[in-house]
Amino acid sequence: MIPAPFDYVRAGSAGEAIAALAEHGDDAKLLAGGMSLLPLMKLRLATPTVLVDVGRVRELSYVRDAGDHLAVGALTRHRDLETSDVLAAHCAPLRTVASEVGDNQVRHRGTIGGSVSHGDPASDLPALLLALDATFVVQGPGGERTVAAAEFFRGFLETALEPDELMTEIRVPKSRGAGFSYQKFQRRAQDWAIVGAMAVRNGDTRVALVNMGSTPLRAVAVEEALAGGASMTEAAERAGEGTDPSGDINATPEYREHLARVLVRRALEAASA
Amino acid sequence: MGGSVRIGTTVNRQAHEHDVEPRLLLVQYLREVVGLTGTKIGCDTSSCGACTVLVDGESVKSCTMLAAQADGSEITTIEGLAQGDELHPVQAAFHDQHALQCGFCTAGMVMATVSLLDEIPSPTERDVRLGLEGNLCRCTGYHNIVKAVLAAAGTGR
Repeated sequence: MIPAPFDYVRAGSAGEAIAALAEHGDDAKLLAGGMSLLPLMKLRLATPTVLVDVGRVRELSYVRDAGDHLAVGALTRHRDLETSDVLAAHCAPLRTVASEVGDNQVRHRGTIGGSVSHGDPASDLPALLLALDATFVVQGPGGERTVAAAEFFRGFLETALEPDELMTEIRVPKSRGAGFSYQKFQRRAQDWAIVGAMAVRNGDTRVALVNMGSTPLRAVAVEEALAGGASMTEAAERAGEGTDPSGDINATPEYREHLARVLVRRALEAASA
Repeated sequence: MGGSVRIGTTVNRQAHEHDVEPRLLLVQYLREVVGLTGTKIGCDTSSCGACTVLVDGESVKSCTMLAAQADGSEITTIEGLAQGDELHPVQAAFHDQHALQCGFCTAGMVMATVSLLDEIPSPTERDVRLGLEGNLCRCTGYHNIVKAVLAAAGTGR
């Protein structure tokens, strides 16, 4: 399978990438690691006429302790997240979830900003960033703005990013000592989650769902039940509320709701252990 | 649209320069432009790992990378492992442990293993099974593959 023809532009910096997007308009698409975009282009589900390759923009690859939060460059690869000492000390859940993305080969190429910008509800990292109340820094021709994770994911492969904007940084609150579990249900180890559930316990309890609607979701009903004193088992029974899972070759919507209830219970129990 | 891009690569320690179409995939570049057909195209959807090569020392699926993205990189394919008639230790271990049946996945398995052992020199069996999750063997020969990787690592566990 071969992508439809396109022009290739390599950006050497964030500024060059934004200038290239401005020049080529809606027909241009950013290429980071390419782990999501290239398969879509090979299937001709995506046919951008200009690819702006930001894969060499090393200035956007870092994990830094920024005082009250961690600053993660958008082009940091999953491999660099899963081996990061800074994350081990201050945000172990991000390290853990990065190690669950795809397989070694995918993690050697794929980037956190690419995954978030792609906006696939079956992706692992967006759900965690939603649970952690991360903030995304994006740059466009008019300058820089920040978008809260809760405001970022708009629909299937739809985000708050404008066509002429580049995500540059992900800001993650520190979650030292948090109890955490990610329960990912899949048929083969490297596959996308059929359903995933994660729980972060750090004073309060946050629960996020993977592939239970057109965007990553917080399991609000579960979080409210726990805050109201419900047991983990009782709270997990509400995991399907507010979701809108799709049906496909792997699972019906009803089966996905069942999986969500089971996986949320397991995640809550494991995060409390 | 679709003009050409000038790329320079080093493939198995040999320098190359080519004008390529932007949409040319790395696996096609290696097989059809450089002429090294040891790298296989299996699923062509980044699931099976048969096309695994090393780019700057790390395993990647060459069906899901553009040749243009590899500009300036050092690439190692299965043809680049042996030193003359002497097999690379991972190749020798696959041979000794009979870690293949039909052989179609083998080049990708070996390349993924070289990268894995570079990152985890003394893996447990679990490390090996997780580390090779991106490579499928449809002869279901994983048992001997895992044995070979452990033997290559010298741990034998």
